Amino acid sequence: MKIDEFREKQAAAAAPEAELRALVEGDDAATDRRFSVIGTRTRRVDGIAKATGRAVYTDDIALPGMLHGKILRSPHPHARILSIDVSEAESLPGVHAVITGRDMPTPYGIIPWTRDEYPLALDRVRYIGDAVAAVAAVDEDTAIRALDLIRVEYEVLPAFLEPEDALAPAEGAVPIHEPSKPGRNGNITKHVRLEFGEVDRLLEEADVVIEGDYFFEGTTHAPIEPHCAIGYYDPSGKLTVWSATQVPHYLHRELARVLDLDVARVRVVQPTVGGAFGGKSEPFDLEFCVAKLSMKCGRPVKILYTREEVFYAHRGRHPMKMRHRLGASADGRILAVDAQSLIDGGAYASFGLVTTYYSGQLLTAPYAFGSYRFESTRVYTNKPACGPKRGHGSVQPRFAFEVQLDKLAEALAIDPIELRRRNFLGGHTRTINELRVQSNGFLECLDAVERASGWKEKFRRLPYGRGVGVAGSCYISGTNYPIYPNDLPQSAVQIQVERSGRVTVFSGASEIGQGSDHVVAVIVAEELGVPLEYVRTVSADTDLVPVDLGAYSSRETFMVGNACLDAARQLREKVVQAVGAAWELPPSRIALARGWAFDVSDPTRRIPISEAFNLAEAKFGTLGAVGWYNTPKDVHGAYRGGTIGASPAYSFTAHVAEVEVDPETGIVRVEKIWIAHDCGRALNPVLVEGQMEGSAYMGFAEALMEAQVFKDADHGRAGLHNAPSLLDYRIPTSLDTPALEAIIVESVDPEGPYGAKEAGEGPLHPSIPAIANAIFDAVGVRVDALPFSPPRVWRALQDPGARERWERARRSVAAPAMSEAAAD
Amino acid sequence: MHAIVTLTVNGDRRQAGVPTHYTLLETLRYALGLTGTKQGCDKGDCGACTVLLDGEPVLACLTPVWEAEGREVLTVEGLAAAGEPHPLQAAFGDHGAAQCGFCTPGVLMSAHALLLRNPAPTRDEIREALGGNLCRCTGYTKIYEAIEHAAAILAARDDGPADAGLAATFEPAGATQEDRS
Repeated sequence: MKIDEFREKQAAAAAPEAELRALVEGDDAATDRRFSVIGTRTRRVDGIAKATGRAVYTDDIALPGMLHGKILRSPHPHARILSIDVSEAESLPGVHAVITGRDMPTPYGIIPWTRDEYPLALDRVRYIGDAVAAVAAVDEDTAIRALDLIRVEYEVLPAFLEPEDALAPAEGAVPIHEPSKPGRNGNITKHVRLEFGEVDRLLEEADVVIEGDYFFEGTTHAPIEPHCAIGYYDPSGKLTVWSATQVPHYLHRELARVLDLDVARVRVVQPTVGGAFGGKSEPFDLEFCVAKLSMKCGRPVKILYTREEVFYAHRGRHPMKMRHRLGASADGRILAVDAQSLIDGGAYASFGLVTTYYSGQLLTAPYAFGSYRFESTRVYTNKPACGPKRGHGSVQPRFAFEVQLDKLAEALAIDPIELRRRNFLGGHTRTINELRVQSNGFLECLDAVERASGWKEKFRRLPYGRGVGVAGSCYISGTNYPIYPNDLPQSAVQIQVERSGRVTVFSGASEIGQGSDHVVAVIVAEELGVPLEYVRTVSADTDLVPVDLGAYSSRETFMVGNACLDAARQLREKVVQAVGAAWELPPSRIALARGWAFDVSDPTRRIPISEAFNLAEAKFGTLGAVGWYNTPKDVHGAYRGGTIGASPAYSFTAHVAEVEVDPETGIVRVEKIWIAHDCGRALNPVLVEGQMEGSAYMGFAEALMEAQVFKDADHGRAGLHNAPSLLDYRIPTSLDTPALEAIIVESVDPEGPYGAKEAGEGPLHPSIPAIANAIFDAVGVRVDALPFSPPRVWRALQDPGARERWERARRSVAAPAMSEAAAD
Repeated sequence: MHAIVTLTVNGDRRQAGVPTHYTLLETLRYALGLTGTKQGCDKGDCGACTVLLDGEPVLACLTPVWEAEGREVLTVEGLAAAGEPHPLQAAFGDHGAAQCGFCTPGVLMSAHALLLRNPAPTRDEIREALGGNLCRCTGYTKIYEAIEHAAAILAARDDGPADAGLAATFEPAGATQEDRS
């Protein structure tokens, strides 16, 4: 194609003049400009690839000569390994390599201070499913046969299955891990106690004190894609690992460290990931095993977890036993909160140090506390390790606290939405534990769900058996401090501009389905004025892209978004300067949008964006830019642990749930959840709504259906997973899931990209307490333990005072609200 | 032990030498290179492997490949016409019905089977039809919206000039949030 023809075609593809005029004449109060891509309901950049079966996931990759691996797992919850004999397995035809713990004797762990696991157990197994040996063979069938030929001699040890037992081990019992110091209990991962203000005095002085014991059952992520990894150690001595991970950077570092390789000769590629939710956010045994097996036999090796292995790999929501005390004044002001949590961690530390802090640190917004104390202890047990699941560490205490607030509202006969408004923390302030909170749209969230749900007509007014409940929450948009201490940028991109107008963004961000590739593309398209289809995103391949720390703690939109802005604005500046120079206009007169560079005072004066890029390339040389983002480091409390929970921005959410409870059976049906979420700014509303709906769904699932539980000695083999299949674990189908209505609230954060904050984890939190509170409104019983299963709800309903409590609650609040409604 | 199986996949007559215990899913993914169909559980719980066998949705992971011998299989790769996504696929992209995308091929095949037998399903009929497909990302809402949208487009196509129907049902690509409300 001739260049003129090409440009003509490109100009035809760009937007008509009227659209450009609308852009410059529009008025967006917050930014004094109208967006052309940001805030629009664009089709996800990966949408068609995923909908046509073309997106390539790890298990879709087959390399020439590839072998298949399998991992032998412990049948005991706690045992010493006395010996392992692999000779028979090695001699089975078709087997190419067998490895055990001795092949990789370096411990690993996502948190550098708690590296307590080995890719394959060295001398002790700590849960049923702990990895013991691995095999690479010509096919899976042969690998499975080889596992059967490995002889392991165990000395079985008493197992700790309950956190209380682990906390107080019998004399002489072997703790799950060596104590960090002599005399300490090796069953404790972390203990934290922090106090802000005079909790005991204010509890004394409070007009009302609400006390409650709460239990949050463990749950797991259950992404539909099982974990999968391929390792290839090529003859030049370079290791490549393809893995369904959400933290390629941390995996990259840990692979090199554990395998004792030069990190510059290790490459981690993250193919399309089929869901993660926190369940793929640290290294797993299979990633080390495929690498080591390939190093041993010189061929690519793939391991794909079975669904059962995914359940045992776990790293999901910690079971927590919580005791909360809440002291308030007669008008409902929160004077004192005292929260204690016993956290069941499973066999390894995982992110447990952070979990322990999060269980207390993230409770201090969106409400102002007069004083606050929390004490959290995470203990090891002989079960699969818990870790970060969507809303890491804070979903459990949030459940307890929001139910406490509902009980306080009940005690004081205050509408629970009004109670929450009265205690609103505000924006541009500090929490009692000195977290810096900037934008805060929580009140708008409360207003939105109150209105949309018809709260005033429903609360305490629906017939017996039906009810509504409200809850609120906050969550971090990334963490100010990375997992391993360093001063380097947390996120970075590199943008390359081609003469055709095509723009490629090399992005470190980890796309796990949440849409980070799309976020990158819309920001760059907005800044450089190219159509969205001109932007390609290359992401999460350590050979090609700059470092981003990964998709965890809801950090990608905020951090990679700011990195994109940084890079794209450098390029934009060059382009407007070059066009301005060519037209003899100041650069401020030049706009880039919808495929054009044009004069903002006269949009008829315009050239296709590719020509504008060419002017800039002629003036400044080849166009490219790097952009990066680092977090503020001086905005946290100066106490030990004050950095944990510190985030550049916090999101806020409010939910109203409507339920129907069958008093005969205890079956709870959630009719609908209204979700209002302050995401700062919705860079793409479709993606934000998707995160909100998906979060509320997942919270609903934890409230009513899911439980990651293990058998005790009286019910089969102790430590065995109760239901390691998607059917028995009961993740909700379309028929189980309630109607979900997402309402976006935009508070426009001063530091977020275009004001954006997180949307992926915050909206999960309130689902659970909102449902709990709705159950009370429906039938007058408090179910303080999860899940709200029919037997549990039915048992609560057997309390002879339940009906009277329901009637009393109605009388106390319905009457004033009724008169208010009449006045309207 | 291996044997040769013959089946028609997405209109092509294909033969493959596979272990005799292979399922239709393993044959598609590992012998025929059609990796669009996903394995999420390998035991019939999740529905990610849903394909159409002679027009009816089946779980490929529970279907011994010999049951497909000589029959017609339609997978997600066969849904699109040349160079153009099927309206269901376009709608899944537009409505954010595919987040991680792993359940998407199976959901699409269930939805396609539904629209073949019921071109204008209600929301409840859609929920019923997807009862065997687990999605962990979306909460299903966006999936319903996409299927309803695709059904409207397909109906408009059948009723008259395609362009008029498309214009009536598609939101403009650049619609802002304000425009929408």
